[in-house]
Amino acid sequence: MPREPEVTVALAQEHGLTEEEFERIKAILGRSPNFTELGIFAVMWSEHCSYKSSKVHLKRLPTKGKAILQGPGENAGVVDVGDGLAVVFKIESHNHPSYIEPYQGAATGVGGIIRDIFTMGARPIASLNSLRFGPLKEPKNRYLLSGVVSGISGYGNAVGVPTVGGEVFFSETYRGNPLVNVFSLGIAPRDKIFLGRAAGLNNPVIYVGSKTGRDGIHGVTMASEEFGSGGEERRPTVQVGDPFTEKVLIEACLELMATDYLVGIQDMGGAGLTCSSCEMASRGGVGIEIDLAKIPRREEGMIPYELMLSESQERMLLVARAGTEGKVLEIFKKWDLDAAIVGKVTEDGFLRVKEGRRVVAKIPAKSLAEEAPVYDRPMKEPAYVRELQEMDLETLPIPFDMEEIVLCLLRSPNIARKSMVWEQYDHMLFLNTVVLPGSDAAVLRLKGTNRGIALSLDGNGRYCYLDPRMGGMIAVAEAARNVVCSGGRPLAITNCLNFGNPEHPDIMWQFAEVVEGMAEACRLFEVPVTGGNVSFYNETSGRAIFPTPCIGMVGLLEDISHHRVQWFQQEGDLIFLLGESQEELGGSEFLKVAHALEGGRPPQLDLCREKAVQNACLDAIRKGILKSAHDCSDGGLAVALAEACMTHPERNWGIEVELKDDMRTDALLFGESQSRIVVSLPEARIEHLMEIACQFGVKATLLGRVKGDRFRIKGWSFSLDMDPKKMRQAYEQAIPSYFR
Amino acid sequence: MRFGIVLFPGSNCEMDCQYVLKEVFSEEVDMLWHKEQRISGYDAIVLPGGFSYGDYLRTGAIARFSPIMKAVEEFADAGGLVLGICNGFQILCEAGLLPGALMRNWSLHFICKYIYIRVENERTAFTNACSPGQALHVPINHNEGCYYADQETLRDLNERGQVLFRYCGPGGEVSEGYNPNGSTENIAGIMNRAGNVMGMMPHPERACEMLLGSEDGRRIFSSVIRRWKGKD
Repeated sequence: MPREPEVTVALAQEHGLTEEEFERIKAILGRSPNFTELGIFAVMWSEHCSYKSSKVHLKRLPTKGKAILQGPGENAGVVDVGDGLAVVFKIESHNHPSYIEPYQGAATGVGGIIRDIFTMGARPIASLNSLRFGPLKEPKNRYLLSGVVSGISGYGNAVGVPTVGGEVFFSETYRGNPLVNVFSLGIAPRDKIFLGRAAGLNNPVIYVGSKTGRDGIHGVTMASEEFGSGGEERRPTVQVGDPFTEKVLIEACLELMATDYLVGIQDMGGAGLTCSSCEMASRGGVGIEIDLAKIPRREEGMIPYELMLSESQERMLLVARAGTEGKVLEIFKKWDLDAAIVGKVTEDGFLRVKEGRRVVAKIPAKSLAEEAPVYDRPMKEPAYVRELQEMDLETLPIPFDMEEIVLCLLRSPNIARKSMVWEQYDHMLFLNTVVLPGSDAAVLRLKGTNRGIALSLDGNGRYCYLDPRMGGMIAVAEAARNVVCSGGRPLAITNCLNFGNPEHPDIMWQFAEVVEGMAEACRLFEVPVTGGNVSFYNETSGRAIFPTPCIGMVGLLEDISHHRVQWFQQEGDLIFLLGESQEELGGSEFLKVAHALEGGRPPQLDLCREKAVQNACLDAIRKGILKSAHDCSDGGLAVALAEACMTHPERNWGIEVELKDDMRTDALLFGESQSRIVVSLPEARIEHLMEIACQFGVKATLLGRVKGDRFRIKGWSFSLDMDPKKMRQAYEQAIPSYFR
Repeated sequence: MRFGIVLFPGSNCEMDCQYVLKEVFSEEVDMLWHKEQRISGYDAIVLPGGFSYGDYLRTGAIARFSPIMKAVEEFADAGGLVLGICNGFQILCEAGLLPGALMRNWSLHFICKYIYIRVENERTAFTNACSPGQALHVPINHNEGCYYADQETLRDLNERGQVLFRYCGPGGEVSEGYNPNGSTENIAGIMNRAGNVMGMMPHPERACEMLLGSEDGRRIFSSVIRRWKGKD
């Protein structure tokens, strides 16, 4: 056996611990930790596992509500959707590994989030993902996009969970640090939820799944550091996924969960065996004893340190009722899975790790899981914020050729059609997908009921960079608006917060502001937060990404027939705008595309007005008045109208629209004012719509009609007359053209 | 009518096939575990889509050695109806119950989308509820759907009416532009010479309800049920 290194402050620092943290460990143990114990503390107290920099701020997010069955603190959130059913969902980042090895990084991200769902007793039925890369014109970013999408496709399709939607955004800011945020949702009977907690003295602790190897050791420590230029050297810390084993694991665990043998269960994800064992013990207020000699291994000569820190994928740890272990193992045998009894529940509150008879680690479980250090780090508003907000946009020249601008925007990869991405994902499995990718939100039916759910992922990093608080509010508002446009009532969110190094006061300020904005919006919309994930240290060579929250919104359709899509439905229908356009160009895609600027104030959101617009839209959908509804976002009103004309799967529509607002033409067409929805309805329902608008105090403006085969928009000083076929070509070919 | 759906480790469309046969067609359905050695009491066997054994080594290459495949072969030899959908088609080819092979899509990407297939022979156990040359709107969902067979086999398939479906446009036009995966002669589905074993890459079970976008897939299952009831 190799000699374990001597534990010193220097070694603790190499493990990412500070001198004070090391002292604290010594105080907890009443002695110096050994090498294995140091490794265990280091991963559990890493930013990734402990949330030590974010905890004080996350407390401000509302987490309670009528429908919430399980809030933050478990493996995933649980929300009641009626008819005896609950949805279980969560989002997580896999940014760092995906930069180092895009295929496996993204694949294991999908595998990890899916385990978080079925460990709660839910069958995973849908995934979504939110991806951010540097500009597509650079080969490295094309390589990253291809690799990440192949990884999600390769793993997600084979594991048998459909990927029903998501978003992709490109900006220079993500060049050295792409974002891969993956969301998964499962469904379970509301009274059959399993928790990640151990209980019952002497109950057996059982390991099931892939054998343990040396892969992924220090994955979470890596995710808690900035990158220098040589990220490739970190490749061995990225795990390799095996979707087949995970698929079998899902089926076997769900079969086990249908029995009454199981007490608690948790997946081994980040920090592997260490995290699952001490969290289960800590939540249950008990101890766990593990014998490493019994862990199934795929490599020889692994030392306790390596076994405890390995992040080999597709493994679960569970506690069964004493006496049922034989039956539990039988189920796993049926599915040809490796399983072993590796320990037992104890009552002393310690995580005790043995190798045969020798105790190799003994640590109070709570000190690892719940008593990690918490930091209220210094914050300071960075100077760039005011500078950029005060950028003079009023003197910008108004472009002459608006038709060309429309085409440029449709070609911008941030707006262009992403079918090249979603067609690589199985998005139809389980026969639930009622609204396929390509509309505002994905809509799934809930079989056996008349209900459905709408799912959307949103977050605009550019807005958050320019005004973090406003950006955080808009992220929640837009996710809700997408769900509403699809016919759903916003229920709850999960969130993934991607930021730079929290030890920098300006990053910490961005973080606190974004969280505050989100909290305000969540309170007003009455959508609680059921959990999520924080990813700090998204910096390469000292450059931080835009602060990028990603909101995963779940909405409920009490009647699945209320689902709506973004595209127009019928010739002759009237087109209305719910909400009002303001002269706002700040932070817009138009500024970036036409002027290469990312500045100004992002659009200003009035939460009450937003809520009124959403309520009016939802009411009109439920009363059967609206035939389509589409959120105005990137690219503004002109792009929203264009998308409503040319995203129908089978045909294009023409429109005749007149805009009467008196403002700069570019702001009118491409400004990104919030709280606006483009809707269509039959002429006969016009009075009904006006009644609803009046009732909710929302401005509803007649824009024009679905008519003919030209895209025509007229204003005081301009007129567009375009061929939807050509627009569609620009929109559909833009992204594929980078890969030819 | 009683259907048996074979469940291999890694299959994932078995519940969808079960749902459609039970809820849409009100037929009896059982799941058959791949370790079973015998099949009895079934009128038709479905090999569903998915990733049996993770598609490791080669699609269908490991599943064909599952104990149940011997029973499926005997069932087919005795004239029983066998439907292989997607991964099921790949397994049937690997097992030698259908000719040819399925290779990676020419794009080298997985593809999931709605396409059209033209019914090439409507006088079979699997297509008798379709009209001649009808274009069916159904989804595909595969990484290895590029059908290949040698010239002699192709000639046989064509001459004996064993080609059931070709990829086509909305109006039934068969051309290279509508070939999503590079399949030889746009072939999307075939049957064996005896006419009781079929394989197709598209997923008819995903197109059985208007709520999901199309009902055209019903015609495949309706055909099988009609044949069994002796009505075609």
